[in-house]
Amino acid sequence: MNGEAINRQSRPYLPRHVRLHFDPVREKYAVLAPEKVFWPDEVAVYILQLLDGKRDLNAIAGELSKVFDAPHEMIAADTLSFLQLWHELRLVRI
Amino acid sequence: MSTNLPPLGMLAELTHRCPLQCPYCSNPLDLMKANAELSTQQWSDVFEQAADMGVLQVHLSGGEPTLRKDLDTFIEILARRGVYTNLITAGVSLTLDRMKSLADRGLDHVQISFQGASSQVTDFIGNMKGAHEKKLRAAEFVRQCDLPLTINAPIHRYNIDQTDEFIKLALDLDAERIEIANTQFYGWALLNRASLMPERAAVERQIHTIELERERLKGRLLIDFVVPDYFADFPKACMGGWANDAFVVSPDGTVMPCHAAASIPHMRFHNVRERPLAEIWQHSPAFNSYRGTDWMPEPCRSCERKHTDFGGCRCQALAVTGAAENADPVCSLSPFHGHVQRLAKSGLPNAQLTFRRLGLQTPAVARVVPVSRDNPVGD
Repeated sequence: MNGEAINRQSRPYLPRHVRLHFDPVREKYAVLAPEKVFWPDEVAVYILQLLDGKRDLNAIAGELSKVFDAPHEMIAADTLSFLQLWHELRLVRI
Repeated sequence: MSTNLPPLGMLAELTHRCPLQCPYCSNPLDLMKANAELSTQQWSDVFEQAADMGVLQVHLSGGEPTLRKDLDTFIEILARRGVYTNLITAGVSLTLDRMKSLADRGLDHVQISFQGASSQVTDFIGNMKGAHEKKLRAAEFVRQCDLPLTINAPIHRYNIDQTDEFIKLALDLDAERIEIANTQFYGWALLNRASLMPERAAVERQIHTIELERERLKGRLLIDFVVPDYFADFPKACMGGWANDAFVVSPDGTVMPCHAAASIPHMRFHNVRERPLAEIWQHSPAFNSYRGTDWMPEPCRSCERKHTDFGGCRCQALAVTGAAENADPVCSLSPFHGHVQRLAKSGLPNAQLTFRRLGLQTPAVARVVPVSRDNPVGD
């Protein structure tokens, strides 16, 4: 069900109509969604690129902790709150 | 002048033709006929230019955009360029085959308007019998094609108490989003302002319902809300600022900073038949008139909100105060705010509605009647 909250075992993905798009004019990533454009920062782009509906949140945090020099637990908590917000905005599905 | 940032969004008014006759239509009172519209080649070229400039989203609108048989071609061009396409349709002329064709070309999202949450209201406001049933079917076609759906609900006196039913309708139709958009008073809506203006008590009930429903439906249905600005204390950030990140192309190729900008009499617009789009964006006098904040008089000039709401809406300033550069009079800091508050109380139940049609002889009420502090009634 769409209303449920994201947890560590969720396997998030972007629905087909939410597109991570590299904009060659502005030379940065945009997220294109119905009637809206978002500008994710560098960390958010990393997270969004890892969303494939197969990795769960723990696995995503594991990948991120290899790239960013920070403890797994801290990354997992930050990633969870980011994805929770994006889930509430209906940009991310589980 | 420094180079302006590229635009993000383009509203393409492909045609003014429409099977509905809504009395608050955002098209101008002086509707264009089919023979004034850009050709397939001209629109195609405009869309390529928009993509080159950095436009990321194109809103394909009208009138009724699906009346253009070449809509499919336009979607194909935009999809190839990675541009996100929103189809903004009344839904009454859509078939499943057409929807499939548009989806196959790469359409990203569909917005269907519902004039009411019941057939009684929808058919009355659109002045078309059977419209509601056709829209329900069109919404099903959209979901059958696995496209995301937005329900657009334009709100006024006749349907403001249907907020709950509108939200239920959106959930029943498996919509992604609903836009509860209170009528903004330009063009046809300005002509019908007294008939469409809701009661304050109804506005307060509506806002309360939306707050509760947003919380209840978090993660299930996105509820976007356009407030009835005559009842507000501060103006909307109209278009995200004049000529800041979006523009409109009319059916005949006129390029405007917003769809109502032609109501400002001294504006001079350029046309894509004569100049490249990028040049119009950078240099058109209409775009540069109110770009940024340097043009602002008081109270906007020294206001800390000037980068938040950009002085509100130029067309509304003109329509109510007689001068487009004034602060939007819905702002509580505007000397004309008292007039807007009186207008907000001037709604008339059961007043006559003038439905949208070609060749309307503009009655006196639709003309801009400036008000002053000495003559606060104006019209």
